[in-house]
Amino acid sequence: MARMKFLADAERCIECNGCVTACKQEHEIPWGVNRRRVVTLNDGVPGEKSISVACMHCSDAPCMAVCPVDCFYKTTEGVVLHDKDLCIGCGYCFYACPFGAPQFPQDGAFGLRGKMDKCTFCAGGPEADNSAAEYRKYGRNRLAEGKLPACAEMCATKALLGGDADVISDIYRNRVLRRGIGSEVWGWGTAYGKPEQRPAAKPGAKS
Amino acid sequence: MLAAAAFALGAAGCGEKTSVTVYKQGHYQGKPDKQPWDNDLFKGDKLAWEQAIKARNERQDETSRGTPTAKN
Repeated sequence: MARMKFLADAERCIECNGCVTACKQEHEIPWGVNRRRVVTLNDGVPGEKSISVACMHCSDAPCMAVCPVDCFYKTTEGVVLHDKDLCIGCGYCFYACPFGAPQFPQDGAFGLRGKMDKCTFCAGGPEADNSAAEYRKYGRNRLAEGKLPACAEMCATKALLGGDADVISDIYRNRVLRRGIGSEVWGWGTAYGKPEQRPAAKPGAKS
Repeated sequence: MLAAAAFALGAAGCGEKTSVTVYKQGHYQGKPDKQPWDNDLFKGDKLAWEQAIKARNERQDETSRGTPTAKN
């Protein structure tokens, strides 16, 4: 089994927030905590682009590196999970995460920060599979039911793909090729931009 | 006098420690987790679990589910 990953297609996302709703409903996530969010660039401007963001289950996860109590672990499928019984809610993982994935439930007059909560790739946590304790702390364990994350399976336009990285990247690659723009849209230029066109330096001139 | 001062200055450097922090990956300290196929549903059958996940993976590709009608 290869690594489990999410892949978001900005060309297809229509900002319906179906993934956010599916996630909240599936795991009964409280107010103020969003394991998944839809981010829109140039909102309201023609050509705006939206993308669904949650924990990306990094291969080299910075949250794991900075956690002072080492409550993170990675499953054999590459899903980054954590033990809420160990978490002290320090928030280091939030600062380290480039996606803003770690969420902290807040309560009380001074906004007391609770234990960290994040996307589990619908894989629960270190409690007995599909037990009441696992559901209460981490939400539903769909992976143990042979299912993929609710957000990806619920996505109406299939902008959000989730599952085996090899399979979903093949789906995305074929999709891009079928758009008819050309194979150049899948590659370095799209990911990192084209090199700047600079005028050629005159011979003998200082650089 | 000058030599003693130079020796003292030079020796002071020997006690200097590197100030570059080396980050090390921690080791998980929490409870162990089971594999997703080690439950009542799959009864430890990894192959059955992988087939279930594979079917779900491929179901996300609408082009393989039916005849495509338009460019996606």
